[in-house]
Amino acid sequence: MFVFQLDSTSGVPPYLQLVHQVRQAITVGYLREGDRLPLIREAVEQLAINPNTVSKAYRQLEHEGLVDPRPGVGTFVARAPDVTVSPAQYAKLRRGLERWLREAEAAGLDDHAIGALLAIVRRDVAEEGAA
Amino acid sequence: MSAAIVTRELGKRYRSRWALRDCDLELPAGAVIALVGPNGAGKTTLLQLLVGLQQPSAGSVSLFGRPEPGGSAQALAQVGYVAQDHPIYRRFRVSELLHLGRSLNPGWDQDLAERRIEELGIPLRQRTGRLSGGQQAQVALALALAKRPKLLILDEPVASLDPLARREFLQVLMATVVDEGLTVLLSSHNVAELERVCDHLVVVADGRVQLAGDVEALLGEHRVLTGPSGGLPDGPGMIHVDRADRHAHIVARIGDAEPMPGWAARPIGLEELVLAYLRQARDPRPVPSELELSK
Repeated sequence: MFVFQLDSTSGVPPYLQLVHQVRQAITVGYLREGDRLPLIREAVEQLAINPNTVSKAYRQLEHEGLVDPRPGVGTFVARAPDVTVSPAQYAKLRRGLERWLREAEAAGLDDHAIGALLAIVRRDVAEEGAA
Repeated sequence: MSAAIVTRELGKRYRSRWALRDCDLELPAGAVIALVGPNGAGKTTLLQLLVGLQQPSAGSVSLFGRPEPGGSAQALAQVGYVAQDHPIYRRFRVSELLHLGRSLNPGWDQDLAERRIEELGIPLRQRTGRLSGGQQAQVALALALAKRPKLLILDEPVASLDPLARREFLQVLMATVVDEGLTVLLSSHNVAELERVCDHLVVVADGRVQLAGDVEALLGEHRVLTGPSGGLPDGPGMIHVDRADRHAHIVARIGDAEPMPGWAARPIGLEELVLAYLRQARDPRPVPSELELSK
C-alpha cells in the first residue's frame, strides 16, 4: 500500500503535501493505474492527522483527474500519465531544476520573474520543436 | 453544521478573580477542536465547566442543544472526559478499571474496551501503576471511549508523553474520529503538538477567548506584513507588531486585501498565528489610531 509522509517543517500545507506525493508517485510509476490509495482511515492512522486533511487532498486529486473515488470501496489511480520517467531520471531532473532555481534566486529573480522566464523559454523551445 | 458545544457569556470566578469570563463559543459537531493557551489561561476551567465538574458563576453551557450539562445526566452520558495526566487508579488492574467503568456507565461497551486494550498489547491483568505513561494514557482514552460518547474532552492529553507515545495516542484518536464521527475538544499549551490533528481552534489567554474559528478560515484571513518601521499603520485588524530598527513585521487580519504600499504580505502558519494572539493578550497595545491597514 502507498505510504504518505508529512514534513511539518516545510511550511507546505499538509493536504498539499499529500497531493504532491501522489502526483509525484504517479509520474515516477510508484503508483499505477488502478492502484488503490490508502483509505481515509488508513492515511489518518499512518500520519495521525485530521481526516478532513486527507479528504481535501483526495478531492483535489479527483478534481485534477488523477484519481477516481469509488464510494464504499476506495480511491483509485485513474490513469497513468502519457509519459512516466524512472525515479532516477526524476531525481536527476529535480536536482537540475533546484540548481537552476538557486542560481536564479542568487541573481535576484523573484517568483514572478522566474515564472515569466520559464514561460518564455518553454514557448521558445516549443517553437523550435515545431519549426 | 450543528453545534456540539455552545457557551453564552460563560464565566467562572474564584473569590475576586475571574478564571474565565465572557466566553462565547459555538463549536461544530464532528470537529477536532484544539483549545490552546498558556498555563493558567483558563483552559481547564473551561473544560470543567463544559462537563459539569464546576458550576458557572455567569452565563450558560449547552451540549448538543441541551442546556446545563452539569444538571443533566443525559447530556453528560454523551461526554467522555479525560482530565490532565490521565488519572486512573494506579493500584487497580486494567480489568478492574473496566469493571468499574461498566458499573458506573449505562451505555458502556465492554467489547469495545477490551478490544482496544488488546490491540494495544496491554495485558488486562496488569496493574495500571506499572504501565508506561503512554500506555496509561491509552487506557484512559479507551475507558472514555467505551462510554460511546458523542463528545470527547481531553485536558492536556499529550503533554506528559514522549514523542512516540504522543504520535501513537493521536493515531488512535484520529482513527476513532473516522470510525465514530466523534467531536473532540483537546487542550494544550503547545499548538505545534496539535497542528496536524485539529481543524478548529480556540485560543484562550488571561481568562478570555482571544480567537476562535475554523483553522483553514483563520489562516486565510491573516497575513504577516513586512515593511518600514517608520509610520507604522494601525487599525482594528492589527494583531501584533514586531518592530526592528528599520523594518517591522505585523500579524494582521486583512484577508486577501492588498497591503499598504511598500508592504509585502505572506501567508501565516498556525503557530505564528496563535503566538500573535497570545502576545497581543499579554501586551495590549494603546488605542488604535484611524490609519488604515489596507489601502
